[in-house]
Amino acid sequence: MTALLEVRGLVKNFPVNTGVFGRPKSFVSAVDHLDFDLHEGETLGLVGESGCGKSTTARLLMHLVAPTAGTIRFEGRTVGTSELPLKAFRRQVQMVFQDSYASLNPRLTVAESVAFGPLVHGVSRDEAAARANSLLERVGLDPARFAGRFTHELSGGQRQRVNIARALALQPRVLILDEAVSALDKSVEAQVLNLLLDLKEEFHLTYLFISHDLEVVRFMAARVLVMYLGRVAELGATEALYTGSRHPYTTALLGSLLSMDPDHRAESAPIAGDPPNPIDPPAGCRFHTRCSFAEPVCSSRVPVLTPLGSAHSVACHMSEPGSGHGCAPQRAA
Amino acid sequence: MSAVPDGVVAGVAIARSPGYWVTVLWRFSRDPFAVVAALVVLGLIAMAVFAPWLAPQDPFHGMSLRRLRPPGSEGYPLGTDELGRDMLSRLIYGARISLFMGIVPVFAALAVGASIGIVAGYVGGWTNTVLMRTMDVFFAFPSVLLAVALAGALGPGILNSMLALTLVFVPPIARVAESVTTGVRTRDYVEAAKASGAGALIIIRKQVLGNVLGPIFVYAMSLIAVCMILASGLSFLGLGVKPPQPDWGLMLNTLRTAIYTQPLLCALPGLMIFITSISFNLMTDGLRSAMDIKA
Repeated sequence: MTALLEVRGLVKNFPVNTGVFGRPKSFVSAVDHLDFDLHEGETLGLVGESGCGKSTTARLLMHLVAPTAGTIRFEGRTVGTSELPLKAFRRQVQMVFQDSYASLNPRLTVAESVAFGPLVHGVSRDEAAARANSLLERVGLDPARFAGRFTHELSGGQRQRVNIARALALQPRVLILDEAVSALDKSVEAQVLNLLLDLKEEFHLTYLFISHDLEVVRFMAARVLVMYLGRVAELGATEALYTGSRHPYTTALLGSLLSMDPDHRAESAPIAGDPPNPIDPPAGCRFHTRCSFAEPVCSSRVPVLTPLGSAHSVACHMSEPGSGHGCAPQRAA
Repeated sequence: MSAVPDGVVAGVAIARSPGYWVTVLWRFSRDPFAVVAALVVLGLIAMAVFAPWLAPQDPFHGMSLRRLRPPGSEGYPLGTDELGRDMLSRLIYGARISLFMGIVPVFAALAVGASIGIVAGYVGGWTNTVLMRTMDVFFAFPSVLLAVALAGALGPGILNSMLALTLVFVPPIARVAESVTTGVRTRDYVEAAKASGAGALIIIRKQVLGNVLGPIFVYAMSLIAVCMILASGLSFLGLGVKPPQPDWGLMLNTLRTAIYTQPLLCALPGLMIFITSISFNLMTDGLRSAMDIKA
C-alpha cells in the first residue's frame, strides 16, 4: 500500500501567557513529533482522551492552524509549497467538524452551504447547484425538501449529513472526520456511520476517523492510532490492537470499555487522575505519571516508536529492546 | 475522477423556507411598541419629504406684529416664534434638516466604521491592534465634546457639522463591528470555508457579512437618536445650522429667550426632538429583539 498522506515530525506549540512585547513565555505542547501515514482507501482511526491533540492534528492537516514544525506530504508532494499549493491540496482533503450546528452558516441555505466550495474553485453556478442537489440526495436529504432550508430548521443528524455533503462537494479523496458522529444520538449515529461506509466505497475515499469512542472506531477503522498528550502511543491494525495492546495506556483505554459480560464488569477505573498539564508535560514518556509499570527510565528518556511485526508499533520502554526497563526484551544480537 | 453523477437534479423545484428577513419582519410586526414607533418614524420622514405641501404658511415669512403668539392662536395653531413666523410650518420644515443631520452621518459612519471593524476583527493580530487602538484614541473623548471640538475646528455649517458627527460615530461602530466579527471568525463554518480553499475576501463577503451586518446595523440605528440630539446641540451652540434655516435644535436656541413669557412655545422643538429620538430608540429595540432568533 502506498501512503496517500505522509505526516512527518508534526509539532504544534500554542503560545500562552504572552509577555511584554508579545514574546510568549510558555507553550502548550498540543502535538509533539507526530509521524504517521494514511494509506489510499483505508480508514485510520485516531483515538485518545480529551485534550490529547486529536482535533489539533485534524486542524494541522487542513492547515487551519500553522504547524510549528514538520511536513505533510500528499502523494509525495509537500503541502503548502509550490509542489502542492494549499488551495489544490484542500480540494483533495476535506474535513467534517464535530459541531454540526456551528459548522454551517446560519444565514445560508443548505444548498448554498454545499455549493460554496465548488463556486470558490471556479465551478459554474448551475453546475455547483446541480452538484449540491445530487450530493444532498446522495446523503439522504431530498433536495426538493431540504435544499432551501436553513440550518436551524434541521435536526442534528440532518445537519451532519449536510456537512458531509459539503465536504464531498469538492470531490476530495481524503475526508477527515473530527468527532463527526460524537454529538449524535446512538440511532442517528449508526445511520450516519453506515452512510459514511457507503460513501467511502462509492467515491473511493480515504478516511481519517477521529473519535474518543473506541467501539465506533473499531467498527469503522482498519488501523488505529492511539494518541497520548500529543504523541503516538501505539499504532496498529484494529483487531491486533484491540486484542493485544502493548502500551499500558491503550490497555487502560480498552479497559474502560463497558463489557456485556457480567464476569468482566469494570470494578475500578483503569487509569486514575487527569492527564498532566500540557503546558509543562512530563519528561521522558509522557504517560509515566499515570502508568503502573513506570520505572526510572520512563521519566528520563522518551520512548521511540518500536515496530512489533508488520503493522503494529508502540512507543513504550517495555517493548523497546535494551531500553533499560525491567520488562524490556533483550536487544537483538 | 468524477465523484458526482452528472445531470441529475438540475431543474428540481426547491421548497424555499421564508428567508431570514421575512421572519424578522414577522416577529417585528408582533411588537406593538416597535410598530407604533416605526409608524411615527415613517410619519416624520413623510412630514420632512412633503413639507412644502403640509406646511400651512411660509416658514421664513415673519412679521414683528405677531411675535410669540401662544399655541392655539387663530391662524397659528402652534403659535409664532420670536420673529412672528408660523411655528407649525417651521416645525414641519425643521424635520428636513433635523432628520437629515441625524441619519446621514450615522450611515456614513456605518460604512466607514463597519469596514474598519470587520477588517480588524477578521484579520486580527497586529492589524487589529493598530486599527482598534487608533479608534480608542477617538473613543477616549466624550462624544459631545469631540463633536463640538471637531465642528468648532472645521467651522460652522451643515456640511462641516455632519462631517464632525460622522467622525464621532466611526469609533463606536468600528468597535461593535470588531467584536461581532471576532466572535464569528472562529466559528466552524468560517473554518470550513477556509478549509474549502476560499480567500479572505470571499469568506468575508459570503460567510461573515451576513452574520455581522445585522447587529452592527441595529447598533447604528440606535445612534440615529443620539446623532439627532448631538446635531441639535451643535445647532444650539451655533456650530451647525445657520438661521434662518428651520432646525429643531436651532429653534430651541433662539426661543429660549422667551421661556418666561411663552414656556409652552419654547418646549415645542424639544418635544419634536424627544418624540423622534424615542421613536428611533423603540424601533431599534424592537428590531434588535426581532433579529435575535434562537434556533
